Amino acid sequence: MSLILEGVSKSVNGQPHIHATDLELRSGTMNVLLGPTSSGKTSLMRLMAGLDVPNTGKVIWDGTDVTGVRVQDRGVAMVYQQFINYPSMTVYENIASPMRLLGQSKEQIDAAVKESAMLMKLSEFLDRKPLELSGGQQQRCALARALVKGAGLVLLDEPLANLDYKLREELRAEIPKIFEAAGSIFVYATTEPEEALLLGGNTATMWEGRITQFGLTPIVYRQPVDATTARVFSDPPMNFLKVRKQGEQLTFADGQVVPATGAFAGLADNSYLAGFRPNHLKLDKQTPASFEFSAKLHVTEITGSETFVHLDHHGDNWVGLIHGVKNLTIGSTVDVYLDPKYIYIFAEDGTSIAPAPYANAA
Amino acid sequence: MAKITLENLAHSYSANPSGESDYALKELNHDWVDGEAYALLGSSGCGKSTLLNLISGLLHPSQGRILFDDKDVTMAPTTQRNIAQVFQFPVVYDTMTVRDNLAFPLRNRGADPNYIKDRVQQIAAMIGMEATLDRKARGLTADAKQKISLGRGMVREDVNALLFDEPLTVIDPHMKWELRTQLKSLHHEFGHTMIYVTHDQTEALTFADKVVVMYDGRVVQMGTPQQLFETPEHTFVGYFIGSPGMNVLAAEVSGNMAMISGTQIPLGQQYGTPAGKVEVGVRPEFTLLRSGDEGLPVTIKRVEDVGRHKIVRTDFQGTEINIIVAEGENIAPDMNRVVFDTAGVNVYSDSWRVAPQGV
Repeated sequence: MSLILEGVSKSVNGQPHIHATDLELRSGTMNVLLGPTSSGKTSLMRLMAGLDVPNTGKVIWDGTDVTGVRVQDRGVAMVYQQFINYPSMTVYENIASPMRLLGQSKEQIDAAVKESAMLMKLSEFLDRKPLELSGGQQQRCALARALVKGAGLVLLDEPLANLDYKLREELRAEIPKIFEAAGSIFVYATTEPEEALLLGGNTATMWEGRITQFGLTPIVYRQPVDATTARVFSDPPMNFLKVRKQGEQLTFADGQVVPATGAFAGLADNSYLAGFRPNHLKLDKQTPASFEFSAKLHVTEITGSETFVHLDHHGDNWVGLIHGVKNLTIGSTVDVYLDPKYIYIFAEDGTSIAPAPYANAA
Repeated sequence: MAKITLENLAHSYSANPSGESDYALKELNHDWVDGEAYALLGSSGCGKSTLLNLISGLLHPSQGRILFDDKDVTMAPTTQRNIAQVFQFPVVYDTMTVRDNLAFPLRNRGADPNYIKDRVQQIAAMIGMEATLDRKARGLTADAKQKISLGRGMVREDVNALLFDEPLTVIDPHMKWELRTQLKSLHHEFGHTMIYVTHDQTEALTFADKVVVMYDGRVVQMGTPQQLFETPEHTFVGYFIGSPGMNVLAAEVSGNMAMISGTQIPLGQQYGTPAGKVEVGVRPEFTLLRSGDEGLPVTIKRVEDVGRHKIVRTDFQGTEINIIVAEGENIAPDMNRVVFDTAGVNVYSDSWRVAPQGV
């Protein structure tokens, strides 16, 4: 099975919601759509499902053009952020409902309901009504209903967003296992980079109605094709700094001049944007090669095991994620260190010139 | 700003509560220190919203008293408590401009127009909405509307306390960072007493000076983020704070050693022989994946690459032990032991932490 989008685009009232998009998804894969609110995740899912018809392009399911085919006539299941169940039906009947519509036999339905209830840890609640369940169990019920009919395409639109942190953690660990067993194409929309990493599989990063990159999740995370992708796939956001390469020297935006060695030696003379993730910024010089920057400490946030330092480096807002609890004085100037192997180089227009050297090894 | 005192406070939604289990909030005595930032953290149904609603006056308690700067406000309505509140979902006047929405609480109290103008400008800068001040709120995104709600909550400088009920739920992760940082720096600058309810540990820990962890209607621990991380007083705190939470293993403890399913491990400190159900708790951050004979034998089930580190999920005789391994650190195929860093080992008796008796 495969789902192919060929030049699919959608505008609403002259406003482009999805720019022409090509994408190919294979069966048995988990595909995360990662992007902020209004970046086009839900719009793209609606086009995949057939809830909306694209203005241009084709949707091809298993080799057949299904562009104009209604959602009812496709093998699609969808789960939304809000827990949607039939309140007057029992959990059993809720899970069974899609199969009843398909006119399947009692025995088939019973076996499938019991199996998906077991996967979703709902076996003991089958006789209850959804509103007698916790939020997590209600969403499990909606997930079980999506799984039960064996749809070839399962679309999950921020399914865990309304759940408590710990429930989210628990379901997030279970969902990939369930998907591996099901063999369908799964598409999962989220705004959270960490969720994408935990789900694994493939990730498509989205920004302003476009897919900026699609590939294996750790590859997209460590080798972003442009600064936008890097921004979308970092939480806290990636830090940036302007740098000019000239001859054998690098000049940073703060006026600091350092020798252009290592990965920088091969760069053409030009101005670049250097990017690095918060966890790679350090308060101590760990390697002789590390660059040193002075920045003003704006705020610190202590999580108990780590400290987030929010810095102002010559007008650029930086965040550092430092291991351990650090009590620093707000408003003071601190020296921070960055090993060059963690620096991504982007052209001034944001295109990736070179991923951080460590990313090739990780 | 005011000190808020809770005296023998408890609340039940039932008219005739018969036992402790009927109480959504079990008896509590506490002073909220003037000018501190607190977070109330717990899963849904733990009683945190009940407590917040008692402080704000949306609910009146079944027993006990609430004092603002030693003045009894237990039965006073919300309007007489002089507090500002921000809720989970935006509350804005759609037909008003952003400016008028922000100015509303000040105009209501007859503040000087010049002061209002300056203050609104200052708040707009803080929430990043200077450019949209003269737009109507209608048609703005949920994000933007919630920013207005936050701004309006903070516009008055003379409130007794600022109460937040899951204020960042509808906000994008990137924006969350910005707004939380703004709240934090605002607190640093003005020293408001702030109480912030959330189920999100990151929000609670990064925002608050002190975090109040609630479980089943009870405060199980109140402490700094570091205390909650290093010495969880209850296994629930160990589980709830941290992602993944603390590993908890049944053990027999004697002196400075624990026996866990036939393997002896050092505890680093003396514990005597604790009574009741004895467990050892170790956070994944204090575990090391090793090869060799030292430590507990484990089988690796799954490795999750979370970017800045890896979470290794292992099985130890049917119990899951989670181990955190740094980014870039190699996981060799022969790694089949987990070793605990004694600095992060805690001992529990019937789910409550046992204080060590020295080295």
